[in-house]
Amino acid sequence: MSRPGRDDSPDRLYTLTGGRSRSGPDNPFDLVTLVVAECDPVPGMQSEHVAILRMTDRPTAVVEIAAELGLPVSIVRILLADLLAAGRVSARHPRTAAVPDPDILEQVLVGLRNL
Amino acid sequence: MDSATSETRTPLGASADNGLKIVVVGGFGAGKTTMVRSVSEIRPLNTEETMTQAGETVDDISEVRGKTSTTVAFDFGRITLDARNVLYLFGAPGQERFWFLWDRLFSGTLGAVVLVDTRRIDDSWYAIDRLEKHGTPFIVACNDFGGPAFTPQQIREALDLDPHVPLVTCDARSRESSKLVLITLVEHIQNLYAAPTRIPRQELV
Ligand SMILES: Nc1nc2c(ncn2[C@@H]2O[C@H](COP(=O)(O)OP(=O)(O)OP(=O)(O)O)[C@@H](O)[C@H]2O)c(=O)[nH]1
Ligand SMILES: [Mg+2]
Repeated sequence: MSRPGRDDSPDRLYTLTGGRSRSGPDNPFDLVTLVVAECDPVPGMQSEHVAILRMTDRPTAVVEIAAELGLPVSIVRILLADLLAAGRVSARHPRTAAVPDPDILEQVLVGLRNL
Repeated sequence: MDSATSETRTPLGASADNGLKIVVVGGFGAGKTTMVRSVSEIRPLNTEETMTQAGETVDDISEVRGKTSTTVAFDFGRITLDARNVLYLFGAPGQERFWFLWDRLFSGTLGAVVLVDTRRIDDSWYAIDRLEKHGTPFIVACNDFGGPAFTPQQIREALDLDPHVPLVTCDARSRESSKLVLITLVEHIQNLYAAPTRIPRQELV
């Protein structure tokens, strides 16, 4: 796989997202938000949407979707916001807080020790 | 090794619902990608984010077309911890011109590993400054490139390291060694938050 985004001209990215601007503060997708498809692709759907729905058959992080599609994360966030608004995917956001939950830290340690 | 095509993707379990982040930072060529690769259950992937010069993720596609945005490439790996938790390990870009974007790009990270190549200790000063300023918990791991052997005390002094920050040596090429680095970091985070007086305040940027 070539380095993603290198051959993506801004105009192609503009077309992909319909020129919309929804990757900003009100876009809920974190790099590690896990995305899950809520439906199968339907005919006529934009090919990137189809690819995302196929890929998220199982929970898949935003950053993995971006790497797999070879698109910048900002563009993937916009595509995901559309799919979410249409109810075609659901999002499992990270449970991060300013102070991490001690239970989760313990789970991380146990998981790492068991590797 | 297989490339990360759809056929070779290793999906997460259906119950995975909590993504966690740890970031590996350090100077150019310090071994960040090597460490990510050593512990990752997937072949490390590479992607990029477009940020404005102010460190915001772009909120307007026109900024992608303009000259005000910067493209930051980073690599990452994945570790499934249990049925629900999955840890993503990010290798921050080593080039200095991206460093001001780290804290924004990896906001919400549990903590950071600062990888130090002891032949070029000063390469990590900036990383440590940033992490301290941002209040992100971190540990320092010296990657052994066969340079001159320094005592931990010499390294601490060269880095002007706060005494409570753990300093370990590692071989980023070894899975076991890299795993121990991550365990040390998470134990350090636990200790930090268990001692309320030491809670680092996350600065809002
Ligand atoms: N001897 C030795 N070599 C290492 C070690 N870790 C990494 N290397 C080698 O050092 C080189 C650079 O490692 P990378 O992992 O690419 O470093 P990086 O920090 O990702 O580099 P940038 O992303 O370019 O900043 C590679 O050739 C590695 O094989 C180590 O612990 N010991
Ligand atoms: Mg690298």
